[in-house]
Amino acid sequence: MLGEKTLKIFVFISAASVLLLLFVFASTLLWKSLPSIRVFGYKFLTGTTWDPISESFSALPFLVGTLVTSFLALLISFPFSLAIGVVLGEYFNTGVWSYFFRSLIELLAGIPSVVYGFWGLSFLVPRVRDLQVKFGVMPYGVGIFTSALVLAIMIIPFSALMLREMIYLVPKKYKEAALALGATRFEMIWKVALPYARSGIFAGFMLALGRAMGETMAVTMVIGNSNDFPRSIFSPGNTMSSLVANEFAEVSDNFYLSTIIQVALLLFLVTIFINIISKYITRKLSVRSSL
Amino acid sequence: MKRSKITIFLSLLAFLYVCPQKGFSDDILGAGASFPYPLYSKMFHEYRKKKGKKVNYQAIGSGGGQRQIVNQTVDFGATDNFIAEKNLKQIKRPLLHVPTCLGAVAVVYNIPGQSQLNLTQENLADIFLGKIKKWNDPRLSASNPKLALPNLDIVVVHRADSSGTSFVFTDFLSKVNANWLKKVGRGKSVRWPVGLGGKKNAGVASYVTQVLGSIGYLELAYALGAKLPQARIENKSGNFIKPTVLCTALAGDLDIPDDTRVSLTNSPALNAYPMASFTWLLLYKEQKYANRTKEAAKSLVDLIWWMLNEGQEIAEPLHYVPLPEKALEKAKNILRSVTYDDKPLLTV
Repeated sequence: MLGEKTLKIFVFISAASVLLLLFVFASTLLWKSLPSIRVFGYKFLTGTTWDPISESFSALPFLVGTLVTSFLALLISFPFSLAIGVVLGEYFNTGVWSYFFRSLIELLAGIPSVVYGFWGLSFLVPRVRDLQVKFGVMPYGVGIFTSALVLAIMIIPFSALMLREMIYLVPKKYKEAALALGATRFEMIWKVALPYARSGIFAGFMLALGRAMGETMAVTMVIGNSNDFPRSIFSPGNTMSSLVANEFAEVSDNFYLSTIIQVALLLFLVTIFINIISKYITRKLSVRSSL
Repeated sequence: MKRSKITIFLSLLAFLYVCPQKGFSDDILGAGASFPYPLYSKMFHEYRKKKGKKVNYQAIGSGGGQRQIVNQTVDFGATDNFIAEKNLKQIKRPLLHVPTCLGAVAVVYNIPGQSQLNLTQENLADIFLGKIKKWNDPRLSASNPKLALPNLDIVVVHRADSSGTSFVFTDFLSKVNANWLKKVGRGKSVRWPVGLGGKKNAGVASYVTQVLGSIGYLELAYALGAKLPQARIENKSGNFIKPTVLCTALAGDLDIPDDTRVSLTNSPALNAYPMASFTWLLLYKEQKYANRTKEAAKSLVDLIWWMLNEGQEIAEPLHYVPLPEKALEKAKNILRSVTYDDKPLLTV
């Protein structure tokens, strides 16, 4: 059969080309950042100075900036995503209202990040500044905390919709069995549905985390872009993606360029590392079908 | 039936293939600085209306402009900072800098009342070094006897992205303040001792608007557009000068080197605004390279010639500073030196 064979070849080539692309991608980053890797070695990850004039570069402030903003965003978004998932997966899982709410949340996911950034700058920043005045810290308004807030709102749709699917897909027999044993609806959700769906829920949050780590524009607009090591969550900071976006267009010096590409490589590796860990945990958490 | 469909498809393909190709080779390609982009796009628009020649300019940043002309992927590059001697020597063939206009860097601030602020060179450096932390610091009051400056923290705002504006600003501070030179230095992107970084002029402007007690620096055209108050800066002669088109032009009206590669900050002219700079186009002196036709070379030189003549009138309404007399003459001479196969392209 010609059709069968052609399709097979086509599918195979397509699949292989994606892998090849990933490989080419990683090796380009590595190749271009070699001059910087040779000079700084592991010190690129331990120092706290980023000084283009004296050509002393280390990416720790940005690595920390990326990790802190992303995980803080995840933490802030967690209760909201969980609540939305439960409401849409268990209480309003079908019908017009469910469809309406889901569409609204999908709409949130579709808003361009520059709009989130602009909203963060004009709405959140003055409020965070008021908060900072109360806490007695330097009232910048912008900073790591503000970007974590913006990121949290941006990633809620990703985790919430995934959670909704996971909770919705918990087999009816388990839910009904729990109710039949005298569990309240809350107990059923808390003790049966959520534990059953935990690996999917975890995967949903990891998806959201990945989104937060790569986000550039909205973060750049509200993080304050300070290349010093952040002293608290209220201080201005910078993330890896934001640094690359800020510096790349104007670099004319090849060595400086290679350090920026190394930051991109670092972001790439961190993303892959977190992906692998989350795959591993998702597998550990998944409920065996024999349950 | 089937055949005609294939024919239509093929002719469509051929059409798509031929069209942009033809359009492409006729256009003049340029890339680089984003600071003069509003001016250039207006100039190129006018030029197309008058001469029917299309210019395709990509505002990818000065660094990108330098890289693209060195790699010969564009007809001309554009940059806000001239290429240093040692880097210029590494380029295979002589590269020319042709200035097109001047830009200035304005210091903008957000303090309640928003009266006219005077800043001495030392105070400006000390604010950006983080040494002056409050607006009611006596050192600031000394040069502003009439102002009641509030007891408010100073929030420094600088550019987060690498930029020619930052270069002019840090270049000025490096010239006038030894401490700044030692601790920070000059560059398109430096290690800022204090403060927040805003992305592009728009980012700095929005931080300064948002954060009470902030001070930042903006490209003059942008500061005038954003309607933020601009500080008077002490110049080399000790006068406090407000950034205006006129005072910026004075900074460039000096005896400058013939290749115009010179920093105009801290100009000795009596009423010159101290933070000014040229912005340049980059092109090769010998235009016969990489299979370039004489027509392509000629149309590029004609375009730049037009920018130095009729084009200059477009600058001021857009808050850009036209080239002063002496600089303009030098720019024209540089353009006259452009050759194709060792023969000059311009005869005017």
